[in-house]
Amino acid sequence: MTSLSAVERLDIYRWMYRTRRFDEVMVSMFKQGRGLGTCFSARGHEAVSIGAGWGLQPEDFAAPMHRNVGMFMLRGLPPDQLYSNYLGRANGTTRGRDANLHGNGDLSRNLIGFISHIPQSLPVALGAAMSFRYRRQPQAALTVCGDGGSTAGVFHETLNMAVLYKAPLVVVLENNQYAYSTPVAEHTAVSELHLKARAYDMPSQVVDGNNVLEVFKAVSAALAQARAGEGPSLVEARTMRMLGHAIHDGAEYVPDELLAHWEARDPVVRFQRWLQNNDGVRPDELQELERAESELIDQAFAAAEASPFPDPDTVKAGVYAD
Amino acid sequence: MPTDSHAGDSRRITYLEALAEALDQEMARNPDVLVLGEDIGGEFGGAFKATKGLWQKYGEHRVINTPMAELGFTGMATGMALAGLRPVIEMQFADFISTAFDAIVQYAASTHYIWQGAVPWTIRAPADGGTSSGPFHSQNPEAWFAHVPGLKVICPGTPADVKGLLTSAIRDNNPVIFFESKTLYRSLRGPVPPGEHLVPIGKARQARPGADLTIITYGAMLQSALAAAEELAGEDIEAAVLDLRTVKPLDTDQILESVKATGKALIVHAANRMMGCGAEVAALIAEECFEYLDAPVRRLGGLDTPVPFSPPLEQAYRPDAERIAAAARDLDAW
Repeated sequence: MTSLSAVERLDIYRWMYRTRRFDEVMVSMFKQGRGLGTCFSARGHEAVSIGAGWGLQPEDFAAPMHRNVGMFMLRGLPPDQLYSNYLGRANGTTRGRDANLHGNGDLSRNLIGFISHIPQSLPVALGAAMSFRYRRQPQAALTVCGDGGSTAGVFHETLNMAVLYKAPLVVVLENNQYAYSTPVAEHTAVSELHLKARAYDMPSQVVDGNNVLEVFKAVSAALAQARAGEGPSLVEARTMRMLGHAIHDGAEYVPDELLAHWEARDPVVRFQRWLQNNDGVRPDELQELERAESELIDQAFAAAEASPFPDPDTVKAGVYAD
Repeated sequence: MPTDSHAGDSRRITYLEALAEALDQEMARNPDVLVLGEDIGGEFGGAFKATKGLWQKYGEHRVINTPMAELGFTGMATGMALAGLRPVIEMQFADFISTAFDAIVQYAASTHYIWQGAVPWTIRAPADGGTSSGPFHSQNPEAWFAHVPGLKVICPGTPADVKGLLTSAIRDNNPVIFFESKTLYRSLRGPVPPGEHLVPIGKARQARPGADLTIITYGAMLQSALAAAEELAGEDIEAAVLDLRTVKPLDTDQILESVKATGKALIVHAANRMMGCGAEVAALIAEECFEYLDAPVRRLGGLDTPVPFSPPLEQAYRPDAERIAAAARDLDAW
């Protein structure tokens, strides 16, 4: 369960590269004025999204966030549908009702959408975990929360209840060093964010969020424990937001040395090297994989751009469930 | 003791007994129904004892005691609901619902519109004042939620409607805020069918016929309006009383039908009048049946102050039968 074959590792790289290309094309298109609204770059977060998402089973619930495009894709949302959502098209996940990755929920994939009020997905994911406990199903719910989100009251309410009810919940605390323009040291009084979980006797650990194998190992073990009825846990994945908060944000407030530190630890480049050094993956294999993924992403964006906008007559549809 | 004019051959039970019966019957009927809230588990049965006995009958997995964390446990109920369960959340007092605002008005209310995720939970919120309970245990905050697309808001005024509407709320596939009048919990008794009883959400009920004016109301003010109408009848003023029962969705058809027939409308609610639900009803009447009106639309509601504690202050704050009758006389004289 928590061990991987060489074939699986190469597949993980494929998904990380797909995530990276999705982001690069998205950023490029928005800069060209071909986007709509705004977008939040996932650059640097590929190992967190894919490493954590890789441990999920289809029956588990997942509640990712706005920089977890890789996890959304792993849960089965195709890139063209996601791009359509960025562009406000009728065939986007939200049918033109919300932007970028916001609201990309799909109950047929046990995927819970998020709202801008971070971290409101935390208690919702806890509820999904509680449904497994209620029905005595050996599954887990996973949610992602940022360093900024960990300062909100509902973060603490959720952790307390998760332990109290021994819910099968895994919280991935994606510490990307900044909450918009505010660095961690200026928004949180403790330097080790994962220790917040310990206040509620919740097991927690820190992993290198730019090392996909390390993220996978920690999160898949946490999920296995949760499914086995051993309760919730938190994994803090330390990474870096390599671009601004959103597309408009040049992030001039981030020191160059900090970016350089993390650039040298780029999760995609690092794993590519690892595969060459440890699994003997050849450069031509990687080139072919990357070429195919780039083509898939280019086609996905073109398909989204060619998709129709929603019919204004549908504006009132779906406010209520039947 | 005020009574309820519902026809029926059934026993007369209190408003509180009627809602407890609905909870018990829905839990017995559907294993996906569960209740959660503060102090509801164990022997205690909640601040008002609405859930007393359920923990013994259904166990701790279906009667979940929560910490004092309304935002967290309301969000948790949303996750349960998305997973197909039907949680019934007890807010200990309706006043505390503001603590859970994001989970309700941002998350749960928008989810179906945005990504077709149905959230079939019900929040039971003991509201209402008139009992010297002070600013934070007396509020009627239905207007906060009536403004939010995606929510349904119910304010039952009789024991039969409490049972029938709570049953409908639990079976509804949307987030429903169910404002109970705790003032009526033990003071109002009425006939309630013992078996399965459903009242449709969004349907008003003519509680009293009358040709001279229409008093449009809901919740605890229904009883005050009926008392006023009785008094007015002795003065040859026949006031119709329309009990909205649900403020969202609003039964616009019945409101317009009644006002077209009488030509005069008095809207009454216990919540403060300023920007209250009555303003929407008044606007509806002005827009849709102006030519039928023989007088301006009148509204009675709480003052635009926090709900005060001391009896003379709260009496000054809150509409009552006497003030309803006085406003109706003014309107009749137009």
